[in-house]
Amino acid sequence: MKSEFSKPVLRALQLALLVAVLLIWHWASLSRNVAFFFGRPLEVAQVIWAWFVTDAGIYRHLWITLSETVLAFFIGTVGGLGFGLWLGLSRNASALLEPYVTAANSMPRVILAPIFGMWFGLGIWSKVALAVTLVFFIVFFNVYRGVREVSPTLLDNARMLGASRRQLLRHVYLPSATSWVFSSLHTSVGLAFVGAVVGEYLGSAAGVGYLILQAEGTLDVNTVFAGIVVLTVFALLLDGLVSLAERRLLVWQPGPGESGKV
Amino acid sequence: MPEHAHPSTAGADQPALRLDQVTCIFNAPDGTPYTAMRDACLDVAPGEFVSVVGPTGCGKSTLLNMAAGLLRPTSGQVQVFGQPLHGVNTRAGYMFQGEALMPWRNALANVSAGLEFAGVAAAEITARSREWLRRVGLGGFEDRYPHQMSGGMRKRVMLAQTLIRDPDIILMDEPFSALDIQTRQLMENEVLDLWMDRRKAVLFITHDLDEAIAMSDRVVVLSAGPATHPIGEFTIDIPRPRDVAEVRMHARFVELHQAIWAVLRDEVLKGYERQRLQP
Repeated sequence: MKSEFSKPVLRALQLALLVAVLLIWHWASLSRNVAFFFGRPLEVAQVIWAWFVTDAGIYRHLWITLSETVLAFFIGTVGGLGFGLWLGLSRNASALLEPYVTAANSMPRVILAPIFGMWFGLGIWSKVALAVTLVFFIVFFNVYRGVREVSPTLLDNARMLGASRRQLLRHVYLPSATSWVFSSLHTSVGLAFVGAVVGEYLGSAAGVGYLILQAEGTLDVNTVFAGIVVLTVFALLLDGLVSLAERRLLVWQPGPGESGKV
Repeated sequence: MPEHAHPSTAGADQPALRLDQVTCIFNAPDGTPYTAMRDACLDVAPGEFVSVVGPTGCGKSTLLNMAAGLLRPTSGQVQVFGQPLHGVNTRAGYMFQGEALMPWRNALANVSAGLEFAGVAAAEITARSREWLRRVGLGGFEDRYPHQMSGGMRKRVMLAQTLIRDPDIILMDEPFSALDIQTRQLMENEVLDLWMDRRKAVLFITHDLDEAIAMSDRVVVLSAGPATHPIGEFTIDIPRPRDVAEVRMHARFVELHQAIWAVLRDEVLKGYERQRLQP
């Protein structure tokens, strides 16, 4: 759907909306009771300023959260890709494991956090493990579907061109599955981040989730909001990076505005 | 798995391709067997251009898939230069009806796929692929991905992809049916030129009788399915080289067309009836 606003007007209106919300928040939080529950925008800004500039204490936490995200993303993607290829190609294995895969996927995985805490301790690996369980299934299901839906003509053609079984895997199944991985990239990167933060929130010694948890413990609502703002901004940045990578790596796919022909 | 070691001397007097009494039975989704092809016999001599015509849904593609070794006949035998075929027919190139290009490879990489699979040296692959793209009229389009090309261009890439391996048998499954008539005639002429150059055995499937007569040495008519088998064979004695657009005016073309159509017509009607009865 295309709006009737021109681009600069639209941007101005979006900015105005943000300013209006902030102003209302500011005005409402002049009351002490409201401020206790909702914080004050100016104080939230001060916290963020202190984190990034005066104290510069958040970088360590951000680094940890982002490391967890990136590790979980890679481990989950590689695992999901391998497992998806295997089950996609082996009818017997997929028939055997199907109910267990479904069960594992429908289980609310956040509940595993305490177990991972026991297994991997309070360091980053328990968070990575939690986030991996989220990423893994997204990638797995996409790859599985991708492998199952490789066009039979494409496969037959490759076989007629002399491809061995290994070459089929390398030159047809893998690229095809990769394109499905990319189509789920936004979701999986987002979920890796969610997994990391939730893991921290449920028990940790560092990370942005830990900061939020600490602030909540002292009823410091301004810091909680500051943490949320920082997380949101970084989630957006990660998403932007994914879009960039996508544009680089998927040149062979028709874009949304592009027609199939020249 | 593909088998190699065909004695290259064999087959001077053997047909390049022989379908000997092949029968093909499928199991329908509900478990009832469907006989797609029964006791079909067909020979293609080395260097001969044979077209197969038949009503829609008569199992023309089944025939081709068996010749390609992608489908094993339920009974009967496929022979390639006198040798029984096991697994994929390594001496054949197959140009499919649908989209068969790898969408993640550009035109050049698609054309070179066959050589890559065969383990040819990289420098030679590039040189030969460029040469073949140029030969099918796509010089300068090496970097285009399939989605950036028109239907005709994609067919040209598929043609180059198939022919670069220099197969002794070329199988074509309605390769131009999705093209508009002008592009189609252009490509038909190009295929004929390439074929005249090298004279490989061609098995060409089409539902277009004009196309079949214009291009072939021999036209085989298939019966309507089920239990399809060849029911007529016509030698096309129109002199070559031919231009597919001009040859239609040839007196012999018109004669042959009438003769073949007389056989084909009943089958087309039968096939049509059968399709109409099915929901």
